[in-house]
Amino acid sequence: MKIAIASGKGGTGKTTLSTNLAQYLAERKRQILPSDHVILTDLDVEEPNSGLFIQGELRHQEDRHKMIPSWDKSKCSLCGICQQVCNFNAVIKLGDQIMVFPELCHSCYACSELCPDNALPMVPEKMGVLRQTEAEKFTFVESKLDIGQEQAVPLISQTIDYVETHFPENSSNMKLYDSPPGTSCPVIEAVKDVDFIILVTEATPFGLHDLTLAVDTMRKLAKPCGVVINRYGIGNAGVESYCRDEGIDILARIPNDRRAAELYSRGKLMYKEIPEIAEALEQITQYLEAEYTGKKGTEALKGKPAETARKTSSSKTEHRGGTE
Amino acid sequence: MKEIVVISGKGGTGKTSITASFAFLSGKDMVAADCDVDAADMHLLMKPDFAHSEPFYSGVIAEIDKETCIHCGKCAEVCRFDAISIINGEYYADPISCEGCGYCSRICPPKAITMQEQNVGDWYRSSTKAGNTMIHARLGIGAENSGKLVAKVKNEAKAEAKQEGKELVLVDGSPGIGCPVVSSLSGADLVVLVTEPTLSGLHDIKRVYELVHKFKIPAACIINKADVNPEITEQIKDFLEQEKIEHIADFPYDENFTRSMTMGQTIVEYEDAGDLKDKLQASWLKVQELVATS
Amino acid sequence: MKIAFTAKGTAWESAVDPRFGRTDYILVFDEESGEMSSVDNRDIADTAHGAGPQTAKKLFDLNPDVLITGNGPGGNAEAVLKKAALKMYAGAGAMTVKEAYEAYKNGELKEF
Repeated sequence: MKIAIASGKGGTGKTTLSTNLAQYLAERKRQILPSDHVILTDLDVEEPNSGLFIQGELRHQEDRHKMIPSWDKSKCSLCGICQQVCNFNAVIKLGDQIMVFPELCHSCYACSELCPDNALPMVPEKMGVLRQTEAEKFTFVESKLDIGQEQAVPLISQTIDYVETHFPENSSNMKLYDSPPGTSCPVIEAVKDVDFIILVTEATPFGLHDLTLAVDTMRKLAKPCGVVINRYGIGNAGVESYCRDEGIDILARIPNDRRAAELYSRGKLMYKEIPEIAEALEQITQYLEAEYTGKKGTEALKGKPAETARKTSSSKTEHRGGTE
Repeated sequence: MKEIVVISGKGGTGKTSITASFAFLSGKDMVAADCDVDAADMHLLMKPDFAHSEPFYSGVIAEIDKETCIHCGKCAEVCRFDAISIINGEYYADPISCEGCGYCSRICPPKAITMQEQNVGDWYRSSTKAGNTMIHARLGIGAENSGKLVAKVKNEAKAEAKQEGKELVLVDGSPGIGCPVVSSLSGADLVVLVTEPTLSGLHDIKRVYELVHKFKIPAACIINKADVNPEITEQIKDFLEQEKIEHIADFPYDENFTRSMTMGQTIVEYEDAGDLKDKLQASWLKVQELVATS
Repeated sequence: MKIAFTAKGTAWESAVDPRFGRTDYILVFDEESGEMSSVDNRDIADTAHGAGPQTAKKLFDLNPDVLITGNGPGGNAEAVLKKAALKMYAGAGAMTVKEAYEAYKNGELKEF
């Protein structure tokens, strides 16, 4: 089962929930949900920080690359086709040389494959690092984008591929994906293949505003989602009314508690010391169990699955990079 | 006419709340521009009326004409983003996955694929409760901010300022260090950096300052939540001194920041804000002083 | 020498455009012939990302000896301009093209 934890905006407590939920599920080992093995993945690759809460043994680390064109002067006839076919202004012909701007490149391969002289082979450029850690009760995977790299999507995509390859969908693996904040491309990449999305918000006007954007996004992706209201008790009833009007389930309300903030600042998990949080996690777990067994008719529009026409040839790399 | 741009490197430092407070204090004397489009929250405090809106186009996505399509599948073969699939027997480019590279369009033998400009959102010209004009934008799902949109918002704000005879444009800038930030910064007369004493706060302000420095734009800084970590606050102060960045003020961590927001008010409108209000007013005076001499 | 300016218009009295990548116009003054020519760069507004290098390429093709601008180019544009082997002067953002030229001649502008 694959669950994403997302939010319309940063600072709502998404990471707090992911890390506590991962530990909670791993300890409880429920019969209904697959949870022999819980895998928590931090996809906020620009600034992953759930690792602050997790102690464990580094099991594996690897550099991650995106493919970018590299100019082979010896073969180039300076026809300029590469510049013409690049829609992202990442390739420029300046007199007798070709310049490539890696951070503008989307790795579409058009310039490389349409070059009549084979003068722009695609080469890997390091964009970040992936790390797998074994915490006491669960597996933790995080990826971090190198400084200067602007595109999060390729690294998010590769990290998900890594997790899905090493921990495939079966009756033992429970995968939690802590997604980046917001509603743009990185978030969509993070959530597009999961079974359910938990949206974390707070009961303030900013929280409500950003929640509506997040819900719109999830609906466009035809993903079932539910809401967890964090820091419940401060703010107003706007979020509750909105969820009620839109028919969105509220999975739990986590009360505002100073102790939680203190534990957070020390990088500690919370539910063992704050019973209300343990209760909330239990509610979320039960909701997910119902979702998993199909008992609940959650707010969703299930889209029609599309047949993928792409012919997977062995010479084509995992999309968006990796090594050829 | 002068332009002040407020940036923070990374979100969550209180930049928007502070910018909105400045906008409120400035009242009718300026035009505001919300260039932080990915997390456009300034309007929640400024209460704009969305009086005038225009669609904004950016980027292209592939559209396959099923009449012309010969079902050869070459488009799907070259697409690196898994955007092309077959639905009901017809080849279809998914607008969400399509990156707009145009590769499929270029190699389609019967030329059945065209790249269509996307209406990714709208930009607005509004009157706000502070009595001034604000230019802001709203992006659709999955659309990203860009140098183009930031430039649009700023240009409209400057044009508006010229027309209304206002001397000041106040910009809520974009986070990060990519195209949107370059676009936010270029043309600025003064940059106000809002940071917080965390390791990532310090790190990000240094990164973004490199860009500010390159552009030779005078800079000033507000350290928000300064008492949360006095050690790092000191490190930030050292950095400011080293780089000759004017240190405007330290704001203490104050729950009134959130409380005023919950009431839909800028901090300076909020009754109980007391000390924080004074600090903001003093800061705004300082900023005005700095920009006058810039 | 050929002197290029980023500008908001095509006349000597036009304001220098403080931006580089998204400048409205590029003006080139040929000191020898005394002629001023201009390139309309306004379609750059349609560029979402990578405006800097696109404009820099135009400079490259125009091949001036000197570029006078306001704030200066961003990182990518700068990389392109380096290949153009021209001298860059910044700080003219609040001047007219004429004033900027005079300031340059008087050695008042700082090299970027």
